[in-house]
Formats: sequence, C-alpha cells, structure tokens
Amino acid sequence: MTDSVLAGAQARPAPPIWPRLRRGLLGSPVNIAITLAMLALAAALLPPLLRWAVFDAVWSGTPQDCAAGTGACWAFIGNRLRFILFGLYPPAGQWAAGLASLILIACAVLTAIPRFWGRRLGLLWLVTAVSTLLLMSGVFGGRAVPTGEWGGLPLTLMLTLGSLGCAFPIAVVLALARRSKMIVVRSLAIGFIELVRGVPMIAVLYVAMLIFPLLLPAGASIDKLLRIFVALTLFVAAYFAEVIRAGLQAVPAGQREAAASLGFTPWQNLRLVIMPQAIRIVIPGIANLAIGILLNTTLVSVVGMMDLLNAAKTSASDPAWIGRYDEAYLFVAVIYFVIAFGGSRYSLWLERRAGPR
Amino acid sequence: MNNTLARVARWAATAAAVALIGAGSAHAGETLDKIKERGVIKIGVGTSPGFFAPNKDGRWEGFFVDFGRALAITVFNDQDKVEFTSSSPQQRLPALQSGEFDILLSGVTETITRSFKLGFNFGPIIFYDGQGILVRKSLGVTKGSDLDGATIGVQSGTTGELNIADFFRKSGKTFTPVTIEDSNEFLKALESGRVDALTQDSSDLALRRTLLAKPDDYVLLPERLSKEPLAPAIRAGDDRWLQIVNWTVYVTIQAEEFGITKENIDSFLTSEDPAVKRFLGVDTSLGEAIGLDPKFAYNIVKTLGNYGEIFDRNLGAGSSIGFERGYNQIWEKGGLLYSPPFR
Repeated sequence: MTDSVLAGAQARPAPPIWPRLRRGLLGSPVNIAITLAMLALAAALLPPLLRWAVFDAVWSGTPQDCAAGTGACWAFIGNRLRFILFGLYPPAGQWAAGLASLILIACAVLTAIPRFWGRRLGLLWLVTAVSTLLLMSGVFGGRAVPTGEWGGLPLTLMLTLGSLGCAFPIAVVLALARRSKMIVVRSLAIGFIELVRGVPMIAVLYVAMLIFPLLLPAGASIDKLLRIFVALTLFVAAYFAEVIRAGLQAVPAGQREAAASLGFTPWQNLRLVIMPQAIRIVIPGIANLAIGILLNTTLVSVVGMMDLLNAAKTSASDPAWIGRYDEAYLFVAVIYFVIAFGGSRYSLWLERRAGPR
Repeated sequence: MNNTLARVARWAATAAAVALIGAGSAHAGETLDKIKERGVIKIGVGTSPGFFAPNKDGRWEGFFVDFGRALAITVFNDQDKVEFTSSSPQQRLPALQSGEFDILLSGVTETITRSFKLGFNFGPIIFYDGQGILVRKSLGVTKGSDLDGATIGVQSGTTGELNIADFFRKSGKTFTPVTIEDSNEFLKALESGRVDALTQDSSDLALRRTLLAKPDDYVLLPERLSKEPLAPAIRAGDDRWLQIVNWTVYVTIQAEEFGITKENIDSFLTSEDPAVKRFLGVDTSLGEAIGLDPKFAYNIVKTLGNYGEIFDRNLGAGSSIGFERGYNQIWEKGGLLYSPPFR
C-alpha cells in the first residue's frame, strides 16, 4: 500500500511475450495438437459468425430490409435502442433516466479510485442515491413516473449499486455479530447468514413478490420495487458479511491489542484500526461480489421487472420486428460483458497494486 | 434452468396458497373498490408479438392489451388508467392470488382445475386457440384430412404429438411423424422439404410462419386439434368485478354483431333500433339500472373498435402476423363469439 510497494510492483519486468507464447502454444506435441484443433474450430466458426454479424448484416432500415437480408439485423437495435436501455420509462422524461444512469456509473467509477476512499465516499453515495431517486421519480420532468415504469439500464444499475450500498452497513454489523462473544447475537447472525445463503435468490424474490404481500394487514401495500429491492439487499448482505468477516479475520490480533494498550476504546479501535484494514484486504472480494450481483439482478425479470435483460427480450416481441432475439441478447450481452470485464480487470489491478504482503 | 424455475414457482404457489388460508381475511376486500381507490387497474400480461408487447415508446399494445384498455374505459372512462406488467407463465397465477394483479390477460387457458382448486373466476373466452397444422401451399391441401400419407413435423415432448396421432386415427388416415427437438430446426424442416407440414399451437404457428423466408408459400389450415380457450382470469370473490369483465368483453362482440365499428359508430346514434339505442346509451335507462356510465359501450367501441377491429389490428389482416379469424369470429359468421343481449 505504501509507495515503495507500489513502485516495486511496477518495477518487476514483464517477461517477454513471444517466447512465452511459443512455449504455451507449440511447446509439446499435445500443445501443438490443441493449437491446431482450436485454429480449425475458429476457421469453421468465425467466417459464418462474421458473415452474419458484420458482412451480411443490415445496419439500418426497415423490418422489410432485414427480412430480405440474411445477416444480423442491427437496424432493429437502432430502432429499439431507447426501449432496451430504458424499458417502459416514458420517452418524454427519458433524459432523466439517462442522467440517472450516468450519475450511477460516475458514482461506481469514483468509488473504485483509491484516492477517493474515505469519509467523502459515504457522502457521494448519499448524493447519488437521492439524486437518482428524484430523477427517476420524474420530479424534474413534471410528471410522476411510477416505479412500475422504471426499467432498463438505470434499473439494473440502481438494483446493483443500491443493494450493495445498503447491504454494506448491514453486512458490517452481521460480520461483527458473527464474531461476537454474546451467544444470542452470534446465533442470530449465523442463522440469518446461513438461511439466506442456503436458498436460491429466485426463491427470495418470489417470497418478496408473492408471499410477503399476503402477510400485510388488509389494505396495506408496499411498492413492488421496494419489496424486491429489500429482498435483494438482504440477500447481498449475507454474502457481503462473509466477505467482510474474512477481512476481519485477516487483521492480525496484535493490531487490536496494540490499539487497546494505547487507550483506544473498543469502538475507536474498530472504527479507526480494525475496519479500515479489514475492508482494504477484501476489496477484490467486494469487486467480485459486485460483478456477481450485477449478473444476478437479471433474475428480477422473472418477477416481472423490466431490467436490462428483460427489456431486450421484450423488445424482440414487437410485431414489426418479430423474433430478433439473437440481436437483442447479443447487444445486452456486450453491455453486461463490458461492465463485468471492466470490474474484474479493476479487481486484478487492485490486487497487483496492493502487492504481495 | 426451466425445471428449477418451475419447481421454485410450484413451491411458491403452494406456499402462497397455504399463506392465503392463514391470511384469507386480509384479502376479502373487493377488488373493484381497491381499483377505484388506486385509480388504476393492475393487469398481468405476457410478452408475445401481437398479443402483448410494448412499442418503442414503451406503450403496451396487443390483442389482450386492448381488452385491458377496454376495462379501464368501463371503470374510469380512460384507456390509460391501466398498469401492465409482464409475468411469466410460472408466476402469473400465484401473483394474481397474492393481489399483485387485479386481472390476468396473459392468455390463461380456462380449465376446471383452475376454477375449482385454485379459486379463479374466468371471464368470457376472448381467444379460442388450439393446435393447428401449417402446410406448404403447393401441396394444394385445404383441410387436415387431405394430408393422407403426409410427413408431419411435431415437437417432441408436447401434447401435440398425441393430438396429431389421435386426429389421424379418428379420420382413418395415415401419416409419418417426424419428431423435432429444437424449435429452430422446426422451421428448417419445413423449408427444406423434409416434412410436408408442421403441427403446434396455431397462434404459435402463425407467428413462426412470419419468420419463414417466404411466408406466403405456406398456409395454416383452419382445423384445431385441441382446445385452448384463453380467458381473462380474476380472483374468486368479487362478483361485481367479474360482471364488469364479462360485459366489457361482450361489448366488443355485441358491437361486431350489430356491425358497429370505430368509424361508423356515430351514425348508429340516430338508429331507431331499440337494442342499438340501449347498447350505445342513447336510451340511458340501461346504464342507470346497472350502475355504469350509460355510454360505456359507446366509449369502448369509439376508442378501440369492436372485437373484429381489435383482432385485425393486432393479429389479423391489419398486422404483420396475418392470423385467420377461425373460431374467433362472431357466431353469425360461423365462429364461437356470442354476446348475451344488452337489455
């Protein structure tokens, strides 16, 4: 974490790439055979794929142009881009949904930069949460947008970042409780974490969607998005708590004892000595969890929410563009891939930056 | 994945049913009261071209969607006081049960189990679906029994396999079945001439037909080998809501029986026929007696058109799907649609 460690990591010369590649691809008869087989496979698969996706593709035009061609119909994506990105959100207020997406992305990027780690981050997330919710609810657009019309990219980002952000404090409490010496507290934490981790997320969503409303008193109702969001947050919290617990366990006991002997109260000890180190250790783990949650949010489509994946799927049921599922799925796959791949490269970079301890 | 989904859905449905027994009193409140209080009807739909799909501005369109809008006109005289949510076949019934929706217009097949065991009420059947046969036009075949000795593609593991066998056994003809696993292979088998015909739910075949390179070379035969009556489904226990659903659907059918359309409706306002006068609310006594806006039928037809117009616009000749009316035709023209009298 210090400058010298960082410098050391960068100073390590990267091994030359060509000898490494040659050894890996052609180093032994088995490797040669595998390389050849893969080349043959690529030769068989790539030309038709390229023909479909690029050379024969229809880039703009009408459904009739697409039907006449044999390749991919990217004109469909162009035509339905608005719907895929924003779902049922009213077109008039679409700029608000777009702005909300940008704010969420900016928040995620800023959070990822080590220079910003600290107290300001809490403020950043609070501002992001408030501004996104206001924007999405249509306050600035002049017409209220019910949560049932929220969808697409902003919904996916809100569910991912929102559940991570809200789960964080819960997870810290759960992780600490799980290490507590008080048996009731510890049992409750273990019970919650293991219960949630023991059921599939889709079951948690079904409970929030179908069973929870039955338990409310007559006439009361809670917004569906809120119910789903709370279920998702609790689900994330259980996994998050285990990640943080790993960090807590990795902080040497000497740290706590040293701080205590300097007169730190247990609360100061935790806040100023233990937690900062624990969180720092598990940041790659948190990045992994975040990617997992991003991909998991696609499950909300089974309870009827119009997230990015569901919006893409739904857009292909337009009578004018029937059956353009391949294009729709491929397009959102690229979006998910860019975010998830970026996240995983980031987490690798962080690990290297922290260097071997 | 689908198996897991189905299992979880079944589990959720059972749990919901159990919870319902416990919390039954929580939902004794009238659906219609809740709708009026909320100011919007919550409708569960699916996603299938022509039946229900949002357009590029996010506005829901489709055959079933129009019936949802008709309901909103009956209740609020505003076709946009509706909230459509797409819902998968596995979760739509528990979602209706839990109060998530006021009505399902997602193409639910009416069955006896769903009526008795699951406690749903069904409105009038608004779409008669059933297994159909898609053939190449060049065969010169006009009905299923002409297909003696033909090679017919069926999807494996469906009831379609059994239905087509029954159909040929009944007519004493023979055929060679070709079972096809993959749904993409299904169309290719027909295009490549490996099979003479395909059999599947007819609305599904009509959609697939549009995906063929030359759709006009193929025709969907008029017979249906199985019954799939699709009707609006609501929770049992609100008679008033059921009546509104029933008579909203009947309005569209009755209008077609009268020959009243979106365009010509105003010319009927001066009609001397007492039945038409009652129907359109020129004579307001009927509306007053039933506690609805006397003009509700007029408003529905003026906004959305009669059944035939709704059908043609979304599924029929006026759409890219090109579905035949088949049984979804008024009784006077040989279909099954029949409205009780408005009196």
